[in-house]
Amino acid sequence: MIDTIMRRPILSAVLVLLVLFTILSSVAIIPETRQALIVRFGQPERILGRTEAGINWRLPFVENTIWVDKRLREIDMERQQVLSTDQLRLEVDAFARYRIVDPLRMYIRARSEERVGEALRPILGSQLRNELGRRPFADLLSPERQGVMENIRRGLERTARQYGVEIVDVRIKSADLPDGTPLESAYQRMRTAREQEARSIRAEGSKQAQIIRAEADAQAARTYANSFGKDPAFYDFYRAMQAYQRTFVGEDGKARPTTVVLSPQNDFLREFTQGGAR
Amino acid sequence: MSIIPGWARGRGLFAESKGPWGPSGGNGPPAGSNGGSEPPRPGPASPWGTPRPRKSGPGGANVTSLDEFLAKSRARFGGGGGGGTGLGGPALNRNLLVWGALALLALWLLFTTIHRIAPEERGVVTQLGKYSRTLGPGIGLTLPAPFERVQKIDVENIRNVDLGSAAEETLMLTGDQNIIDIAYSVRWNVRDPENFLFEVQNPEETIQQVAESAMRAALSGVTLDQAIGEGRGDIEARVTETMQRVLDFYQSGVRIQGVAIKQADPPAAVNDAFKAVSAAQQAAQSDINQARAYALQLAQLSQGEATAFDKVYEQYRLAPEVTRRRMYYETMERVLQNVDKTIVEAPGVTPYLPLTQNRGGQPPAAVVQEAPGGAQPQGGGR
Repeated sequence: MIDTIMRRPILSAVLVLLVLFTILSSVAIIPETRQALIVRFGQPERILGRTEAGINWRLPFVENTIWVDKRLREIDMERQQVLSTDQLRLEVDAFARYRIVDPLRMYIRARSEERVGEALRPILGSQLRNELGRRPFADLLSPERQGVMENIRRGLERTARQYGVEIVDVRIKSADLPDGTPLESAYQRMRTAREQEARSIRAEGSKQAQIIRAEADAQAARTYANSFGKDPAFYDFYRAMQAYQRTFVGEDGKARPTTVVLSPQNDFLREFTQGGAR
Repeated sequence: MSIIPGWARGRGLFAESKGPWGPSGGNGPPAGSNGGSEPPRPGPASPWGTPRPRKSGPGGANVTSLDEFLAKSRARFGGGGGGGTGLGGPALNRNLLVWGALALLALWLLFTTIHRIAPEERGVVTQLGKYSRTLGPGIGLTLPAPFERVQKIDVENIRNVDLGSAAEETLMLTGDQNIIDIAYSVRWNVRDPENFLFEVQNPEETIQQVAESAMRAALSGVTLDQAIGEGRGDIEARVTETMQRVLDFYQSGVRIQGVAIKQADPPAAVNDAFKAVSAAQQAAQSDINQARAYALQLAQLSQGEATAFDKVYEQYRLAPEVTRRRMYYETMERVLQNVDKTIVEAPGVTPYLPLTQNRGGQPPAAVVQEAPGGAQPQGGGR
């Protein structure tokens, strides 16, 4: 055997190559990430779908394999301006995730995954505009809660089915105010809201301060009244003495430059004028 | 008749071409007659020798030229075919070739059957494309390369996706239709390496998009104040939870370790207004603080005065008349000892008072003039 190979190297090499090529072209090794469509003379023959990764046989030379991605794929939408029912604009960016579940239909309708994406992208955009355009602005901010996303997904899937595609999920990536007037007016609103808040905080602060002062005054008055009320007449005298002291002498004990003109009838001078008589 | 020679020639060609393989004798009728006439030779008989006697065969010329061509080509290939006549040289050559091929095979086996999986890695084995098993850390054995293939995935390394940055504003709308500038990062690692490899087209980008979507959804459920302030932890938890749910739904094999909000500020355009608010908060607080200080001071003062009065009053009650007079005199003494005093005797006389003289030109600060026969001070009078 080896000798014969040695003698006819070209012939045997050609034969070996031929056999190898035949074997290789009769085998389709399908990786986990792909599914395959077997086409015989351009005529789709069978689908090696989602669960058939591994080795598969095909007729050599007459059957071709068309590879189709099995993984979750992405449709990234262009940013869309959406007009809400209350005439406010919002710039929405969304994406969808899809899987090709029917490679045959996908192949017939679109030929390749890329073209499926291109075909579905504008439909995602229009579905989004339709669905969001029927709602007031406030609802657009949290579309998840309103079941909007599910509606969009269903609407997109109606078209996607024709391409053998299953829409797994549609999500809104961002929803922003458009640059220019809408953004500026939102800023203005935020600014004025903050100014209002700042003023009310100041007012609240001074109100509380006043209340605290008044309460303190009231408390002091109560303390004085409790104490002084025991003998108002004595308080009058006592306080008058304090007042004289403070007025004429001062707290520091230094005399104020004061001139006092006294009448001899003054009570202070009673003993002075009466000469000790009683 | 013109067809037959051609056919015969063809047969002859086949018969003769078998010659070098070792004429087994009696293969086909034309070859058999030739082969039979000659003594059987060992297989690797020299092809050079044989053609001459066979020239008598049908289409012999063609056979010869073919044989010559083959011989030439063999010679061009380094005489590899010269088995019978070949000596030590070609045999050694062949051995070398075989050994080389074996060594290559061994190397290839070594490199494609034994896999070293690092502690943080997992090796996903696919058998002819189909997922077969996942190798844990250590040495893993597989079939050689075309049959089984190993993809190593780092599952422990926690990866980081940064969204938004301090340098550039990433604006999002909050639930109360305000705008927030946010920057956050998502930490994730691979949980199921096989799903990570096989289920999602572009896992990294998917994670990023899902993160943006989840953050937007979370922010649309809170007010700006919550997002800036105490709601952060809540938002982080909610984004983590949403992302995990969505990515599990995609079967992406990714685990979200956490979401960290690095920055959540009002946009630069309105930042001044937000600063004014905190300034107002400070001002209000300082107002209140001052009022509190006043209150405290007043309370102490009033209590002090009241207590002082109480003390004096206690003593006064024991001897009211004496205490009263004593206090009066003591006070007057203090008051009058340091002031300029003028006593005017006669009632009805309005004296001229050179008030400015003894003051160095200063007008008097106060003049107390008792009316003639003036009323006694109440305090002393009683």
